[in-house]
Amino acid sequence: MQRRQFLATTAATALAAATGSVAQAADKVKVGFIYVGPVNDGGWTQHHHEAALEMVETLGDKVEMVYQENVPEGPDAERAMTQMALDGANLIFTTSFGFMDATINVAAKFPDVKFEHATGYKTAPNVGVYSARFYEGRAVQGFLAGKMTKSNKIGYIASFPIPEVIRGINSAFIHARKVNPDVEFSVIWAFTWFDPAKEADAATALIEQGCDVILQHTDSTAPQAAAQKAGNVYTFGQAADMAEYAPMPRISSIIDVWAPYYIARTEAVLNGTWESDNTWDGIGAGMVGIGEISSAVPADVKAEAEALRDSIAAGEYHPFTGPLKKQDGSDWLAEGETADDGTLAGMNFFVEGLTGDIPS
Amino acid sequence: MGGIDPILLLASLMVASTPILLAALGEMVVERAGVLNLGVEGMMIFGAICGFAVGVGTGSPSLGFLAAALGAAALSMLFGVLTQILLSNQVASGLALTLFGLGLSSLVGQSYSGIKAPPSLDFDIPLLSDIPVLGPILFQHHPMVYLSILLVIGVWVLLRHTRAGLILRAVGESHDAAHALGYKVVAIRLAAIAFGGALAGLGGAFISLVRVPQWTEGMTAGAGWIALAIVVFASWRPWRVLIGAYLFGGVSVLQLNLQAAGFKVPVQYLAMSPYLITILVLVLMSARRRSATAQAPADLGKTFHASS
Repeated sequence: MQRRQFLATTAATALAAATGSVAQAADKVKVGFIYVGPVNDGGWTQHHHEAALEMVETLGDKVEMVYQENVPEGPDAERAMTQMALDGANLIFTTSFGFMDATINVAAKFPDVKFEHATGYKTAPNVGVYSARFYEGRAVQGFLAGKMTKSNKIGYIASFPIPEVIRGINSAFIHARKVNPDVEFSVIWAFTWFDPAKEADAATALIEQGCDVILQHTDSTAPQAAAQKAGNVYTFGQAADMAEYAPMPRISSIIDVWAPYYIARTEAVLNGTWESDNTWDGIGAGMVGIGEISSAVPADVKAEAEALRDSIAAGEYHPFTGPLKKQDGSDWLAEGETADDGTLAGMNFFVEGLTGDIPS
Repeated sequence: MGGIDPILLLASLMVASTPILLAALGEMVVERAGVLNLGVEGMMIFGAICGFAVGVGTGSPSLGFLAAALGAAALSMLFGVLTQILLSNQVASGLALTLFGLGLSSLVGQSYSGIKAPPSLDFDIPLLSDIPVLGPILFQHHPMVYLSILLVIGVWVLLRHTRAGLILRAVGESHDAAHALGYKVVAIRLAAIAFGGALAGLGGAFISLVRVPQWTEGMTAGAGWIALAIVVFASWRPWRVLIGAYLFGGVSVLQLNLQAAGFKVPVQYLAMSPYLITILVLVLMSARRRSATAQAPADLGKTFHASS
């Protein structure tokens, strides 16, 4: 049996070599996942992992899943990916922005292996990128934050100064200002995706500065715990629902919904139809979910937030709609104009009204 | 510095510094006994999960801290047996202990993520905590914060003014001489390693029970390595360990507060400031007297066997 399988594999390899890189269907595919944090971080990585498991459950024994957690963003990421490719993975998902260059480098060495890089912007014939329009969810969060704050000070724990994070800050700020012109944002750059103690310290620092709403773009639930300890502070779940902190302090959340994408892309490899893509879906396509708005939010505010969510989902409203100016006062979008994806993908500026500089 | 409340800042400084202080103090005692245990991170994280699991299970954070100290001390004995009895390499064994502690803690902790810690009320010292300004800074903390400072005093007295401390230091400076005098080098070192483990465990449990408070895999996020570095830069002296830990914790908290207050300093400089300032200050302090006092214990990291 094993020998027969070996012969079959050899034949398939020979065929593949003979026919070049012509796409072909496969019986079984080995899918690898590279995670930046632990699979039970309660946020980003856990959600990727759960989506991966859902993909395995859906596709059954046509797929073999391997993963490596806690992979640092740096040279070691290349090693982890290379190892996975050498071990026979056909499709590798690299699930953090900082894996971008490593993914491109390793992909160049393994032209027959498909790579999918989350939240990046560099593609290659065998590298696709996928991300979610989190800024759509941030618009809903910003709206709720502007409505719920009493001190008019909103804290934002940012991770790294990359476009995805900056978009989130801008989107939240625009919508908080829209419903509450007095609102101010304090942004802390934590320079980490995952460091519970530091995230807790950052949340505490913001709360001590008088912030009563905390938004986070880091992966752990530590800021939630800090907010709970402080009492009257509202937070939002990030990447995962973090429902264990509902109804207070967590009043809503952005949920990443990766499973349909993972299933579709793995099936594409199985069918031999995989092509490098650049997927960027939002609430409408179901890639961004808005977690249950908790009972701590008044019913009318909740209804308005849901209306905002639905209008974004339906494509009637774009969170970056003019008139909008950049932080330095220069014009960005004219009345009624919406931001194009190119600008959003490379966003490296704050909108007017935000204070502080983006570290460069 | 508009907007930063120095009272609150100093209060959170003490909380942020305590885990590193505990771990560094323990490691300092271990190193003074001549043993280099690089497994601090592993023992901390294991203490974090032991403390959290028992704290949640019993509802008592105090029992959690006790379990953290015992668990991490037990883990450190693995290192102790390997290096003191089986005479294996200390650097390799210490690194292995860190990896093992990280793995073991995530195994033990699997069912504990997403669970809330038992409430541990801050411990207000009666009367004193009502003093304006000083009260909230000094007298409204978790008991572990005070215990960590008492431990610094205790270790200082022990090393400086007691016979036991003299013996411990003798073992670290020259284990052959100590052995010739009839002291049980291996037993003393094992005791020191267990003490270091217990303190690292307390530090870890302080993170999971008080500072964050919750269990998340990998939550110590390098605090153990910072503690190791502080021991070296503090030139193996308890008061300098205290200064180093408070500086590091303090500047870490301060830089977050400066960011929150919108202070106009580039964030990169703020983010690196805890490391720079701590190293700078401790190096300057130890540079004043470059003589024997600033040196590492002479037999640090060397294996001892009675026959040699």
